[in-house]
Amino acid sequence: MRSLLTIVHLTLHEAARRRILAATLIGAGAFLLLYGIGFHFVAEKASHEVGMSSLRSRLLMNFLTLAGLYATHFLTLMTSVLLPVDTLSGDIASGVVQTLASKPVRRSSIVIGKWLAFALVAIAYFVLVSGGVLLIARLIGHFTPPGLAIGLPLMALDAVVLVALSIAGGARLATVTNGILVFGLYGLAFIGGWVEQIGTITGNEAAQNVGTVASLIMPTEALWQRAAYFMQPSVMRDLNWSPFSSGALPSMAMVWWAVVYAALALFWGIQGFRKRAL
Amino acid sequence: MTANVIETQRLRRRFGDKVAVADLSIAVNRAEVFGFLGPNGAGKTTSLKMLLGLIEPTSGSGTLLGRPIGDRAARAKVGFLPEHFRFQDWLTGRELLRFHGRLYGLSGQALEAKADALLSRVDLQDAADRAVKGYSKGMTQRIGLAQALLNDPDVVFLDEPTSGMDPLGRLLVRDLIHELRARGTSVFLNSHLLGEVEATCDRVVFVKQGRVVHEMKLGAEAAGLEVELRVDGAPPDVLAAHGTLLASANGTTRLRVEHDSALPALAAALVHSGARLYAMTPHKRSLEATFLEVMGEDQRPG
Repeated sequence: MRSLLTIVHLTLHEAARRRILAATLIGAGAFLLLYGIGFHFVAEKASHEVGMSSLRSRLLMNFLTLAGLYATHFLTLMTSVLLPVDTLSGDIASGVVQTLASKPVRRSSIVIGKWLAFALVAIAYFVLVSGGVLLIARLIGHFTPPGLAIGLPLMALDAVVLVALSIAGGARLATVTNGILVFGLYGLAFIGGWVEQIGTITGNEAAQNVGTVASLIMPTEALWQRAAYFMQPSVMRDLNWSPFSSGALPSMAMVWWAVVYAALALFWGIQGFRKRAL
Repeated sequence: MTANVIETQRLRRRFGDKVAVADLSIAVNRAEVFGFLGPNGAGKTTSLKMLLGLIEPTSGSGTLLGRPIGDRAARAKVGFLPEHFRFQDWLTGRELLRFHGRLYGLSGQALEAKADALLSRVDLQDAADRAVKGYSKGMTQRIGLAQALLNDPDVVFLDEPTSGMDPLGRLLVRDLIHELRARGTSVFLNSHLLGEVEATCDRVVFVKQGRVVHEMKLGAEAAGLEVELRVDGAPPDVLAAHGTLLASANGTTRLRVEHDSALPALAAALVHSGARLYAMTPHKRSLEATFLEVMGEDQRPG
């Protein structure tokens, strides 16, 4: 246990020092700046529009906020993949892992310790950026979306899943291969999510099934869809008003699947790392 | 409880078609400095890694401190300095020792005291609070050495420990090895530097293409004394009775005897046989000579 905490502690320092983190933080800062400016102008224009009902105004604010959160989602997932992508594969390639693995420490502790640390950093990043978006919505639009207590943890879970995949891949693959794999899966989920959306709107069952399969292979978009569902007022969902309102709500089972998925990814990584010649 | 801290039986490791270690059967005793000599690609590092549980053997078995190799608990009393010691170079020397110490289960004041003592011992107390990134190669090796000794190990594995070190650094390593032996710690030394091995090891095995091809004791009881004789009319059977004839040309005969205690008997036998003995000069057989002889002409790796 102490070894695990020691590794988490060291990895937190390692994560905090990475240039990639600085880059994604700067990216987040730029995004929030632009978002704030954009939000301000839209809100201002809307407030001057004669005859805009308060409902419509609220829907607009909600849409803007969800758009901001969707961008947050994307930034967080990027960070979750890129930040830990070379932590294990890099340590193996450089030989750093030799002094580590020859200690009386379980190889599984090394993998889990790194995962915990990077997951914490990814969640902290998510809290920072989503907090920025919500603050802007509150200050400029005087608006807070509903269902945050459900939506935000789901988005954080997405980050945790991707960190698990990125770390697990690093235990078995070289850095670049790992990055391509995880990004490829994310891209698959991303496209699958939109295919499913279109399928739901147009009533195309085949398209919906493609989306479902994509979600099973990579649950990130499904989790976002569920989060978005709860972070909108029901009228918005029923009206199919925005691209974030999907017809089909991914079930609780998908959430459990995401948890199991992360656990399976870690298990796959641990098994690979245990067998690996270092 | 075996007196051997390391024992292996027919350890073997293949990587695909390549056999890195063919058949390793060795034993290392308590408080022994054991040298593992061989050219590059002979399987030395792979053998060492198998003992440390970093690589799983394809077949064969072994024990480390009485437990099967790969056992995690045994590694609590094992230190390891890899050939190219690398670690998170943004840590300071002291932080690096703290981190490794915690992995050994040390903590608090005891860990700090141990880190201080080791930093002094490896002459890094002035650089202790600087990032390892700024250390020279020799300094990096020394902090790596300190890390290996944190938990007062019973066995220390050193893989080319003096690579990149200046003469003072090499002397420090030698002294450290002697200290470890005096304390009862066994040292497993991987090296291709014959001088270093000669100066520190009690016993040496020569490894070639993944196999042990020769073993010899070093130090006072080292076998193999070469005697250079300037003698006329020495009967071959007299020479053969006291040693192995190596060469005879231009009035100079070279003979190998087992021990210098054989010299008086050889001299007496030669004089008695009527040969005219002009000079008899013993040379201690160098490790280099043995190495070259054992490794043979073909010293290509693998």
